[in-house]
Amino acid sequence: MVFRRALAWSAGLALLFVAVVLVSATLGYADITPLSVAYVVLNAVAVPTVDTSGMAWVHPFEFAVPATTTTIVREIRLPRIVLGGVVGFALALAGTVMQGFFRNPMADPSIIGVSTGAAVGAVAYIVFGAALTSAIGGIVPQIVAGWGLPAFAFVGSVVTAFGVYLIASEGGRTPVATLLLAGVAIQTFLGAVISYMLLHAGDGLEGAVHWLMGHLQYSSWWRVRVALPVVAVFFVLLLAYARDLNVLLLGEDDARTLGIEVERTKRVLLAASSIVTAAAVAVSGVIGFVGLIVPHAMRLVVGPDHRILLPTSALAGAVFLVATDTVARMGPAEMPVGIITAALGAPFFLYLLTKREVHAL
Amino acid sequence: MISLDTVGVELGETTVLDGVSLSVDDGQFLALVGPNGAGKTTLLRTCNGLLSPSRGTVTVDGRNVSELSAREVGRLVATVPQETSLAFDFEVSEVVAMGRTPHRSRFSTASEADRAAVESALDRTDTAQFADRSVSALSGGERQRVVFARALAQETPVLLLDEPTASLDINHQVRTLSLARDLAAEGKTVVAAIHDLDLAARFCDSVALLSDGEILASGRPEEVLDAERLETAFGVRSAVGTNPITGTPTVTPLSDAPPGDRHVHVLGGGQRAARTIGRLVDAGIEVTAGVLPEGDAAASTARSVASDLVTAPPFGPVPEDRIRAASSLAERADATVIAAPLDDANATVATASARLLALEGVETPNGRAEVVTETELGAAAGATPPTHSPTKRS
Repeated sequence: MVFRRALAWSAGLALLFVAVVLVSATLGYADITPLSVAYVVLNAVAVPTVDTSGMAWVHPFEFAVPATTTTIVREIRLPRIVLGGVVGFALALAGTVMQGFFRNPMADPSIIGVSTGAAVGAVAYIVFGAALTSAIGGIVPQIVAGWGLPAFAFVGSVVTAFGVYLIASEGGRTPVATLLLAGVAIQTFLGAVISYMLLHAGDGLEGAVHWLMGHLQYSSWWRVRVALPVVAVFFVLLLAYARDLNVLLLGEDDARTLGIEVERTKRVLLAASSIVTAAAVAVSGVIGFVGLIVPHAMRLVVGPDHRILLPTSALAGAVFLVATDTVARMGPAEMPVGIITAALGAPFFLYLLTKREVHAL
Repeated sequence: MISLDTVGVELGETTVLDGVSLSVDDGQFLALVGPNGAGKTTLLRTCNGLLSPSRGTVTVDGRNVSELSAREVGRLVATVPQETSLAFDFEVSEVVAMGRTPHRSRFSTASEADRAAVESALDRTDTAQFADRSVSALSGGERQRVVFARALAQETPVLLLDEPTASLDINHQVRTLSLARDLAAEGKTVVAAIHDLDLAARFCDSVALLSDGEILASGRPEEVLDAERLETAFGVRSAVGTNPITGTPTVTPLSDAPPGDRHVHVLGGGQRAARTIGRLVDAGIEVTAGVLPEGDAAASTARSVASDLVTAPPFGPVPEDRIRAASSLAERADATVIAAPLDDANATVATASARLLALEGVETPNGRAEVVTETELGAAAGATPPTHSPTKRS
């Protein structure tokens, strides 16, 4: 029953996602028809086949599409769209978990400092990266040039989340309220660190501010290849904990008497959602509000059962971010998508607030 | 079967439980009673593994609770907590189904046994009628029953209830405790923290009186609930009588009037006299009564609250020595109240009194009694000048 509902909703949202991807891929400076997009995608399909000469990849479709169209769709638009999907999926997934975990409608993925930690890493890299790479020298800079920023951001966020967790833990227990307050305090502190670095950023200032706003401008297939497996693995893990998350909503004491190892479950949920968020933030910067409003909206639609809410919320996040990023890149000047999500998200959140839906969570 | 062996629990610096030993057998329904802060909830939380005792052991069916995983405990002990946050919009049946958590593996779908347990739990707690409603749309009492259903769905040998009747109407108080008693009769071990002593005495096989983290007494309700012990535990004087309908002990706490040095003797039997005795005791006056026929309503009230009582076998002549005993009480009293028409024996007792009061409408032997209404009684009986007035002292 639950399984069927989850499947039906997820299938519907997955179809919507495909539709949004196809539409988004047609939009941009170059006019490309939906059919061409479909052709490009189908042409890219490869099937592994074994013949006398060994294993080979065979492309079953060979539609005639101009080479420039193929390049635009495959190398420019699709990486960005797919990365947007992955990031939106990850942020909404982590947001759903955090809201359930904290039993607090204001919770979002950044609540225990994951995003701020990533920002410290990223800004540090942008501001001091040049000095760093020249100091290391040799062939290292080329590798660092591609990986450095996401790597720094990822490490920054994971270290911060772990630090907040350690600060809030005492005697094997991690009270949720302490975790929340420790997160707020650490975020404030790291905010000061970021401001200080920005003050001394010099030429790096614009790049740093741009990153902080959150955008998908520098998307590429390798970023997808880095983020996607992480998100996929932890999505499966979190899905396995959906029922525990439901029981945790009854309160930690009740959950424990119902057979949930509360502290261990909290650690798993916290670690998994932090890593998912870190993977997203590392490749896209701090994109706000997706992790806050998408879970909210989906909870109103499908209810609080995490077995349904987790997959639907994540898929809706993917749809939402791809759609908003399409708007972001359509304007006369490219805008960071973080501005669009916040500009759309805040009024929507206020609407929920005045409708009092938020109190019912 | 659950047993506690010299269990001690500290929360921070405070010792909440100290050397508690208790054993509840299969099929037994035990009530934990005691004042606020006595450690009732702590005791329950030690039994379900939420707290680990710093000394002693808690064993359920022979297994040490502190050494079991949450899942193992969840299969042995179900708890209905005092408060549960059910703020999320789950359907009632979904919440009850969460009771199956310790029996289900991570990826399994609900089995036939799961569905049957949920259905039976909904049925027995009278919550099946709103199984499809959202818990956030229920009243406090309805939610409490839903949580009870969740605990039933757990299908454990031990059931712990923390104030299960706190937010229930009288109908559902009785239904809930009857259900708990039935469950015990079916072989479960049931332990409930209950504030209402009358309900505890009525439904439970045994009562454990907890005070300051220690067990003052445990045993059958009529053994444990006695006025002196209750005063030690609760710090309030009370009258313990027998409920005329259920035949179980009934406890009436008395108001906290300062213990005066007034002494009033009550004559006459029946409900009005019983009420008179209660009113006087409530006003902080020492009461004696008699001669009363054994089995009289006033006699049973007097037995629990009066400092002395003289009785005689009913339907016969009152023996001389009884009359003399009662007369000496009346003589020592500051006043004697006539609460009902007197027979000859009691008319004799009345003559021994220095000051006679009679309740409005009661015929008095020689008309020399002052007439008072029931409401004036407390004041009238204490109306003679206080012995230590400031003017006297100077």
